[in-house]
Amino acid sequence: MEGTNQQGADRVVLRVENVHKAYGDNEVLRGVSCELVRGETKVVIGPSGTGKSTLLRCINQLTIPDSGHVWLGDTEITSKDCDINAVRSQIGFVFQSFNLFTHMNALGNVRIGPMKVKRMDKASATRLAREELERVGLSDKADAYPAELSGGQQQRVSIARALAMDPVLILFDEPTSALDPELIGEVLAVMTSLAEDGMTMLVVSHEMGFARSVADEIIFMEEGHVLEQGPPAQLFTQAKHERTKQFLHKITELYGE
Amino acid sequence: MGFFEFAGEILPRLLDATVTTLELTAASILLGLVVGILLALGRVYGARPLRWLSSGYIQFFRGTPLLVQLLIVYYGLPPYLAMIGIRLSPLVAAIIGLGLNSAAYQAEYFRGAIQAVKSGQMMAARSMGMSRAKAIRYVILPQALRLVIPSWSNELIYSIKYSSLAYFITLPELTFVGKKVALHTARTFEAYLVVAFIYLVIVIIVSRLLTMLENGVRVPGLGAHSEHR
Amino acid sequence: MIRDGVPTTILLTLGLLGLGLLAGFPLAFAQVYGYRPLRWLCKGYEQIFRGIPALVLILIFHSGLARSFNILLPTFTSALIALGLRSSAYQSQIFRGAIQAVSSGQMLAARSMGMSKMQAIRYTILPQAFRLSIPPWTNEFSSVLKDTSLASAIGVMELMKKTTLLMPTIQFRMGARWILVLLIVAALIYLVLTYAGNWGLGFLENRLRIPGFEMKGQVER
Repeated sequence: MEGTNQQGADRVVLRVENVHKAYGDNEVLRGVSCELVRGETKVVIGPSGTGKSTLLRCINQLTIPDSGHVWLGDTEITSKDCDINAVRSQIGFVFQSFNLFTHMNALGNVRIGPMKVKRMDKASATRLAREELERVGLSDKADAYPAELSGGQQQRVSIARALAMDPVLILFDEPTSALDPELIGEVLAVMTSLAEDGMTMLVVSHEMGFARSVADEIIFMEEGHVLEQGPPAQLFTQAKHERTKQFLHKITELYGE
Repeated sequence: MGFFEFAGEILPRLLDATVTTLELTAASILLGLVVGILLALGRVYGARPLRWLSSGYIQFFRGTPLLVQLLIVYYGLPPYLAMIGIRLSPLVAAIIGLGLNSAAYQAEYFRGAIQAVKSGQMMAARSMGMSRAKAIRYVILPQALRLVIPSWSNELIYSIKYSSLAYFITLPELTFVGKKVALHTARTFEAYLVVAFIYLVIVIIVSRLLTMLENGVRVPGLGAHSEHR
Repeated sequence: MIRDGVPTTILLTLGLLGLGLLAGFPLAFAQVYGYRPLRWLCKGYEQIFRGIPALVLILIFHSGLARSFNILLPTFTSALIALGLRSSAYQSQIFRGAIQAVSSGQMLAARSMGMSKMQAIRYTILPQAFRLSIPPWTNEFSSVLKDTSLASAIGVMELMKKTTLLMPTIQFRMGARWILVLLIVAALIYLVLTYAGNWGLGFLENRLRIPGFEMKGQVER
C-alpha cells in the first residue's frame, strides 16, 4: 500500500475528481474536484450545508459518493478493489465532536490505533503515544479520561490520536466549531505547527485568521460547487466572484481575524 | 421446638439443594450471556435475515412463559432427540431452557447498551482504519459491557428466582426439595419460610456483589448520564 | 382440543394486575411522600416480595397455610393472593419511578400558585405519572400473564395446567412426538394473549399521549 514518497515535494497526495453526492432530492455535492500536494494545507470555507463536511467524508468513505473518483497517492480509494481499512489508516480524521473513546484515557486513545490497526507491540505504541501527546502539549494528561478534559484538550488528544497513525494526510472537519471561544486558540496553535512541520492537511473551518495565515490555498464552496479557490491573499483582496467577496466580508466581521 | 431449631434441622437438605440452584443459575446465565450477545450483535449489525431471526427468537422467548419453554425442552424435544441418541438430564434441560430464555432478555439489554455507545465512536474507529469487527471488539463492546451492568444484574437476580421453575421438571433444586421437606412435616409454613429466606439471602448477597462490580469498573464519564463537556 | 383454561388464565391475569395496582399504588405513594419509618417498611415489603420466587410464594399461600394453620383456600385464591402481592411490589416500583420522574419543578410551580401539597399532587403530579407508568406497566402485564402459568403447580385450571393434563393422553393416543406440537400450540396462545394485551395498552397510551412526553422504558420480564 503506498501513499507518500520521499522524493518530489510536488507529489500529489490527494486527488478528488468530480464527486457527486445526493441525499434524496438534495444534491449536496455537485461535481467537486480538488487536489493536494505533499505539505500543502488547504482550507475549505463556505456557507453551512454546502457539503463541506460531506466532501471530507467522501474522501475517507465514511460517506460513499454517488459518482466521481478519489485518489490517495496512486491508490484509487473509490475503486471496488480498494482495501478501505488500509487506506483509512493512512488518513487522519479529526471530528467536530472529537469522538474520543470514552472508556479509555488519553494514552489509551492515542495508542489503540497503532496497536490494533498497525499491529505495533504495546511498548512501542505506548512510547509513540506519549510522543504524540507531548507534541500536542498534553503529556501531563496521559492518564486522564475524556470526561475529565476540557473541549480543547479533548480535541488535541484527538489530533494526537490521528498523528499516531503516521498519516500522509489529515482531514479536519470543523475542528473548533464545538469549542468554547477561549479553547479554540490552543487547537489552532497545534494545527498551525503541524502545517509548519509539513503535514498535508485539508481543513473545513470558519476560522479566517487561521486560513489567512496558514493555508496555502482557500477553497470556497457554495451549493455543492467549488466556486473559487486560490491563495488567501488573492481571495481576500481580489476575489473573482461577488459571492466570495460577500461571504468573506461577512465571516471576517463575524469571527474576527 | 422453636422456629430456629426447626430451621436448623431442615437446613442441611435445603443447602444441598441450594448448591444445585446456584449451579443451575450460573450455567444458565452464562449460556444466556453468550447467546444474548450474539443475538444483540446480529440485531444491530447483521444483514436483514439475521435481524429477523434474532428478532423472532427474542419475541418468542419473551412472549411465552418460561414454564412452557422448559416443558418443551424436557418433554417436547426428547422424543426427537432420542432419534439421534441424545438424552437430557433434568439439570441439562433446565440449563438449556433457562439459558435460552435468559438469552432473549440479555439480547435486548445488550442491544440497548450497544446503541447507547455514541455513533461518533464507531466513526472515529473506522476512520483510523479499524475493520468493523475490530471497532466492535475494542471500542463498542468494552463500553457496552459497562453500560449493561445494571440491567444484567437485574437479569441475574431473575435467574436466581426463576431457577425455581426447574421444580416442574423434577430437578432437585431448592424449591423442589423444599416442597418435599415441607410436606414431610406438619410445620409446612415454617419450612417454606426457611426456603424463602434462603432465596432472599442469596439475592441480597448477589446484589451487593454486583454493586461492587459496577463500582469497580466505573470509568469517569461513562455511564447512564455520560456527557461531553 | 380442550383449551378452556384460557378464560381462567385471563381472569387470573386481570385479577392479579388489579390486586397489584390496588396495593402497589398506595405503596408507591407512601414511599415517595411518607415518613421515614413508613418508607422503610415499604422498601422492606418490596425487597421481600421481589426476592422470593413466585413459585415459592404460591406454595406458601396454599399448602403452607393449609397444613400449618388449617386455612385451606381455593387454589385460585391462593394464586391470586400470592402473585398479587408480588405484582404489587413491582407495580409500586413502577409508580414510584413515574412519580419521581415528573420533574420536581412542577411541584414547585403548583405550590407557588397556592395549591396545597395534596392538590399539587392530585392535579399535576398524578396525571403525568399515570401516563409515564403505561409503558412499564405494559411490561408488567406481560410478566403477570406468564406468571399465571405457575399457578398450575397448585392445580389451578388455567391454560398451562390444562395443557399438562393433556400430555399423557396425547402421548398415549398419538405418540410422544406430538407433545411438542401441543406445547407449541400452548405457547402460541400465550403469544396471542400477549399481543392482544399489548395492543390494547398501546391503544390506551396513544389516546392519552401528550406531545414531547416520554419516559425511557426498561426491559422487564
